[in-house]
Amino acid sequence: MITKAFFARFDKLAMWFVIFMIAVAILVPLSNLLLPASSPFHVPTYLVALLGKYLCYAILAISLDLVWGYCGILSLGHGAFFALGGYAMGMYLMRQIGTRGVYAHPVLPDFMVFLNWKELPWFWYGFDMFWFAMLMVLFVPGLLAFVFGWFAFRSRVTGVYLSIITQAMTYALLLAFFRNDMGFGGNNGLTDFKDILGFNVQAQGTRAALFFLTAMSLVLVFVISRWMVSTAYGKVLVAVRDAESRTRFLGYRVEHFKLLVFTVSAAMAGLAGALYVPQVGIINPSEFSPANSIEAVIWVAVGGRGTLVGAAIGAVAVNFMKTTFTTGLLAPYWLFALGGLFVFVTLFMPKGILGVFSDLADKFRKPKAEAVTPPKLQVAE
Amino acid sequence: MLRTQNKLVRFGGRVALLLAALWLMAFGALADISKSVARFAEDSFPETRQAVEEISASGVDHVAELLEALGAGRLFVDPETKTVYYRDASGKAHLAATGAEVSSAPAKLDTVRVNNRIRSDVANAVGALTLRATDPARRIAAAEALFKSRDASALEALDAAIKVEKDARVAKKFAEARAAILLARDATSRQERLEAVETLRARGDPSAAAVLRGLPASADAETRSLAANAIAAIEQRQKIIGYVQNVWYGFSLGSVLLLAAIGLAITFGVMGVINMAHGEMVMLGAYTTFVVQEVFRAYAPAYMGWSLPIALPMAFLFTGLVGIAIERGIIRFLYGRPLETLLATWGVSLILQQAVRTIFGPTNREVTAPSYMSGAFDFMGLSITWGRMWIILFTLVLFAALLVALKATPLGLQMRAVTQNRRMASSMGIRTPFVDAMTFGFGSGLAGLAGVALSQIDNVSPNLGQTYIIDSFMVVVFGGVGNLWGTLVSAFALGVANKFMEPMAGAVLAKIFILVLLILFIQKRPRGLFALKGRAVEA
Amino acid sequence: MSDKEARVTQAVLYLDGVSVSFDGYRAINNLSLYLAHGEMRAIIGPNGAGKTTMMDIVTGKTRPDEGDVLFDRGKHDLTKLDETAIAELGIGRKFQKPTVFEMHTVADNILLALKGPRSPFASLFGWRNNVEREKIDAILETCGLTAHRDRPAGEISHGQKQWLEIGMLLAQDPAILLVDEPVAGMTDAETEQTATLLREINKTHSVIVVEHDMHFVRALDCKVTCLHEGSVLAEGTLDQVAGNQRVIEVYLGR
Repeated sequence: MITKAFFARFDKLAMWFVIFMIAVAILVPLSNLLLPASSPFHVPTYLVALLGKYLCYAILAISLDLVWGYCGILSLGHGAFFALGGYAMGMYLMRQIGTRGVYAHPVLPDFMVFLNWKELPWFWYGFDMFWFAMLMVLFVPGLLAFVFGWFAFRSRVTGVYLSIITQAMTYALLLAFFRNDMGFGGNNGLTDFKDILGFNVQAQGTRAALFFLTAMSLVLVFVISRWMVSTAYGKVLVAVRDAESRTRFLGYRVEHFKLLVFTVSAAMAGLAGALYVPQVGIINPSEFSPANSIEAVIWVAVGGRGTLVGAAIGAVAVNFMKTTFTTGLLAPYWLFALGGLFVFVTLFMPKGILGVFSDLADKFRKPKAEAVTPPKLQVAE
Repeated sequence: MLRTQNKLVRFGGRVALLLAALWLMAFGALADISKSVARFAEDSFPETRQAVEEISASGVDHVAELLEALGAGRLFVDPETKTVYYRDASGKAHLAATGAEVSSAPAKLDTVRVNNRIRSDVANAVGALTLRATDPARRIAAAEALFKSRDASALEALDAAIKVEKDARVAKKFAEARAAILLARDATSRQERLEAVETLRARGDPSAAAVLRGLPASADAETRSLAANAIAAIEQRQKIIGYVQNVWYGFSLGSVLLLAAIGLAITFGVMGVINMAHGEMVMLGAYTTFVVQEVFRAYAPAYMGWSLPIALPMAFLFTGLVGIAIERGIIRFLYGRPLETLLATWGVSLILQQAVRTIFGPTNREVTAPSYMSGAFDFMGLSITWGRMWIILFTLVLFAALLVALKATPLGLQMRAVTQNRRMASSMGIRTPFVDAMTFGFGSGLAGLAGVALSQIDNVSPNLGQTYIIDSFMVVVFGGVGNLWGTLVSAFALGVANKFMEPMAGAVLAKIFILVLLILFIQKRPRGLFALKGRAVEA
Repeated sequence: MSDKEARVTQAVLYLDGVSVSFDGYRAINNLSLYLAHGEMRAIIGPNGAGKTTMMDIVTGKTRPDEGDVLFDRGKHDLTKLDETAIAELGIGRKFQKPTVFEMHTVADNILLALKGPRSPFASLFGWRNNVEREKIDAILETCGLTAHRDRPAGEISHGQKQWLEIGMLLAQDPAILLVDEPVAGMTDAETEQTATLLREINKTHSVIVVEHDMHFVRALDCKVTCLHEGSVLAEGTLDQVAGNQRVIEVYLGR
């Protein structure tokens, strides 16, 4: 029953997206592990890591689209949630290093020994346990979003004001994490990871497994988001986006709706960050930089906001562009391209890539005939 | 001048030697010290002492340099020709007799030996010489040096100098140095000590307190308690000065914040356009300054001092034109869509940054401060740098000009009309697109002016704008969007709050704290300190 | 005292001595108005008389500086509640400028307005699915929008949006309907139909209608209150009010 109702709401595009992602999740690692390097279908390990990174960005983009595309909250601080999730994972990975660090301290990470710290700060407790760290990956960004949103939405900070204070939030975190006293490795952040759940993070097999997990997480995040926006809850979100005060006059506690979606979205961004860190091997304060958050916004805009699938496509497309640009002769022109993309998309492609396609598709459909029927003079009983 | 000198000559007594030196100083060129210098070649301590006495009385130009060289072991004798040379602090060789620089001194030289008595003679002679320097600033420096060293042997020279000092400021410094010396030594009468305590109390800075704390054990109870009172008074005074200093620093930071925000107060505050490229307008203003200075350096280095006044209108025009181009090319298509405007202008900011990086390179460019921007002056115990002073004044003038421009010019009237009721303004015959472009250009031009000022205190690099963008939005929002006075108050309030928090928490934590407070404040009063009220605001 | 109590206990909506000012301008000045249960009231008045501001006060958008605003026989003090809480109590509002959710279909607009639990979790987990379909259909039928049920609300005509908003009010099923200029931009025939619809609604609900169109007000056939400069100028039947010397002066600008 539930499945039937669920799939009824699942439109064709979403269905294809899920099938495609599951295929990618299975085929890419398999080809990397099983096919010989000479095979034309072999995916080299570096590419697995690169694609894994893109998919983490895609998760971040979906989480951002959920709040921006559906609820009109333009968060310029989603990079902060991503980074917090990443730090939570990084802390777990640091604790796994154990005596293999430069200073070979059994408990303290190298940078703490270097700073002459004698014991582990309280907020590092428990991060040696994987399950706890995973809980924190979702909980810490979620909590920050909840507290931040509780204040902001209750006092009806909306639109650009909200955008600016989310940007200030990530900026404040950036400054804070740069400080050595914070206990997160300061400028250098957390790096030199060795193991995850006992497997070497550098190993080919681990990388393939991480890729699989990332792709499946993307599917999970997508399905949850898709489900949220297709229920009545999602309809209220859109109502809030388009006419917030009207929604209030209908008796909806707008701030509660916003708070829930913001918190869920932050936890998703945290998950993306947690998957990102073992694949790139480092997390440092620059992940909090406001420019990162705003770049994530452009992924969503490029793909087409309010579509979820578009957000994922946009994230992969823009980052693919970035990789091609920044590794070649064109490197100095990347910021021109990115800046141009911001301007071009907002001016000429407000609905993004998906919007362009759906507009094209609409052209082939016939407009419906209009008919005005006078109201029947009866009140519904 | 001559009359003064003559009067001094008539003044007799044991300072006759020094007076002669002073008299000779005015006619230094006449004196010949070659005979005295020859004594150094004798290699005997009494001869050397004699030479020091004579040379210090001679008043030749290089006398201080020569004596210092002797004290520091940089005085040499050529064992063959018996010619005496000295090396200055930078190592260049000079003839001792004339002070003339020699291109190559002989390779084999003997150092003129000195003992402790000679060293002390030299020190006194040098100290006395600087106490009599013609430049008051050097005399003050000599007095301060004595204040720190509290060298009792210099007392005699100091007393002599006090008697002839005419400049009240220098005389005060001499008196303070004397008090410090008297207080520090044991052999001082009770009365003198009490007077010294009083003088130091009046001086009232931390070094005076340090001298008072060093009161010898021989002092009686009353002197001790007076000294303790004086220390307490000084500490109290220092505390107040500390607050004033913080307020001053706060104003200085506030003026920087206001500079950064002042253009935004127009584009965001008055027009409601979220211009994320605002920081880059500031950056372009700073680079305009750099270019203007380069042109001056290449074609008119003598007029470098004019580079800033010239850079101001240039920066205003240039950034204003860039602003108009952005408004006409991008922003006008996005009116009423603030979030899209935010994204598009962010894109513009990336492009501008990269353009500047491509043209001028990614590193900091050197913008020099003209002479009137450098240096500092002392005001009631506060050290105030001219650069900051000018920037604060410039900011306030800019703000006043902005108010006048908005309130008293036709364009200002049209700007306000258009922002308050676009359709009505349009039907009154105001060309709203033109006014939009002009307003945005004006706001951008202001940002450019801010860039000229900020180029004096910040690194001129492509990232200059990035560092200000969040701060300047915070200032405008905190003050109340659309309220210029609010922007002024908020900039200075934030500046002062930041500086008061810094000593407690450190610069970075203070900044984080301010950001968090601002975020909380905006929750409480989303429309800022001085919000506009009414139904129109809701729309 | 007892007089006041009597008024409070009879009124579904009770405004007494309400004043509010914006930057020194008194939009509402010592306004008193009592709406009995099941009553329909038309409010007229020139521009700036405070009609919309009065609705803002009742629905919680604007807080009065002073005065009492009580709902349902004095049980609830509306000045202490926000928009959401007031809407939940059962005061529905149609705005002067039709405000519907343009990206949603006509049917979804009604769905969102339907009476029922309104918490985020209720809306996420299996809240009102096909069960509600009949109700929605009935309301769409009433408003003449059945043929448009799956069109985005942004696409339908101005008059249809007005009806859609009335339909949303019906779906909310509130105790009081506040209807701000429902017939602006409608043809005479449509105006006639709307009046009939409102009279029909009034059989089960209390209604306040703000309107400039005197033909429409006459068609409503109810008590009329004329506001001027934020307070009540005259009250009574339309003929009484229209005959009032002061009302004539205000309208003719003397």
